[in-house]
Amino acid sequence: MLKKTPLYDQHLNAKLVDFGGWEMPLHYGSQIEEHHQVRQDAGVFDVSHMTIIDLTGKKVQQFLRYLLANDVGRLTIGKAIYSCMLNENGGVIDDLIVYYQSDERFRMVVNSSTKDKDIAWIIHHAKEFAVQVQERDDLAMIAVQGPQVAEKIKDLLPTAALSLKPFHATWDNWFIARTGYTGENGFEIMLPAKEAPELWEKLLANEIKPIGLGARNTLRLEAGMNLYGTDMDEDCSPLEAGLNWTVAWKPLDRDFIGRAALQAQKDSANHRIMIALVLQDKGVLRDHQAIYTDNGDGYITSGSFSPTLGRSIAFARVPMGKYEQVTVQIRNKTLVAKVVKSPFVKNGNILI
Amino acid sequence: MSEIPENLKYTESHEWIAEESDGTITIGITEHAQESLGDLVFIELPEVGAEVKQEEICGVVESVKAASDIFSPISGKITAINEKLIDAPEVVNTSPYKDGWLFKLRPSESLDNLLTHDKYAEIIKE
Repeated sequence: MLKKTPLYDQHLNAKLVDFGGWEMPLHYGSQIEEHHQVRQDAGVFDVSHMTIIDLTGKKVQQFLRYLLANDVGRLTIGKAIYSCMLNENGGVIDDLIVYYQSDERFRMVVNSSTKDKDIAWIIHHAKEFAVQVQERDDLAMIAVQGPQVAEKIKDLLPTAALSLKPFHATWDNWFIARTGYTGENGFEIMLPAKEAPELWEKLLANEIKPIGLGARNTLRLEAGMNLYGTDMDEDCSPLEAGLNWTVAWKPLDRDFIGRAALQAQKDSANHRIMIALVLQDKGVLRDHQAIYTDNGDGYITSGSFSPTLGRSIAFARVPMGKYEQVTVQIRNKTLVAKVVKSPFVKNGNILI
Repeated sequence: MSEIPENLKYTESHEWIAEESDGTITIGITEHAQESLGDLVFIELPEVGAEVKQEEICGVVESVKAASDIFSPISGKITAINEKLIDAPEVVNTSPYKDGWLFKLRPSESLDNLLTHDKYAEIIKE
């Protein structure tokens, strides 16, 4: 039996798929049109399958500075960071966003597919810091993304939310954050499950269109954002997943789980790296396709057609090196892919 | 329920086959196939003049989410391909039975083994 979000009845006209045990909308008609809708206008996603966890306690900040590779010590109240949670080997258990609400309260949003192991890991390490861990499955989560969102949503959100800067949040009533997974301006709104359908319908009435998980994937790929389970996992470090920027090496005396292994890997200067690719020929790059470089072979972690670019793009994990182009074998053809700087697209603009 | 024209023949791999008056056949993918694939973004077609065998892979249709092989429903020689699809693969989504045809071939065997409308309708109902 698949799990249903509080917005299930809002998706009855969608093509529904089994997404990690949840019955979720893949698209409501055309995945490509939905992609363009978010890049050019405004779209709304049901992301209630994501796991919200509240962490409370006097030592919660100290705990998170130990648990996460990025440093919550850099935050001020109301601000969020993106971080990996690592195992002792430096492998990525999950990637997440954590919001600093007060000295004794943080909110964390983790992936749904990793929920059980995440919570077990967090609880295991939280004991020593006397931090309480509470999953908030009473909440729904709605993401509203696109250049026209600020205009189209203004009668539905409080003023404090509308003026939020990127990666900031407010929580007078609903918990509203200026975050997202598309490379566009927008909000992620966490609210009581029973209030979610009414908000969804009001958003639709304001001409913000429903967007499925299909477009969510192509949007995040264009925006240069990793997807857990395909772009990284426990056998891969942040350095091998293009996430070096999320590791807070300073202060040097902050001990976090995985630090020693990660430092050793960094010092080796010989670990795999993630590169971004644009296929020069016609065709579509796909997950797991083999990549050939002068320094050895690699593979595509996420590949797809990019609706904004009108050609195929991918992330690939390859041996360390500097590359201008690589080749990829697609069926019986060897095709050339250009190595570019991620992200491919941001705020509606093509960056490559 | 997907549209399944009664005057066509079908395969289990969701190709449709139309018999033309000049003895050639036209091949495409069904409404059901394009619906399951979603928005098509890339199509690879066989070469005109190529000899293909029944159930041989002779092309690929790729949507945003997946690649799907096209199988030749029958042995024969390719006589034409729908070159418009190279730059406009989405036509297969909007018009799978008409403008979105894939290729034509001159069969070298009988069409008796192909599925009838009723049989195909039964298959996709399952």
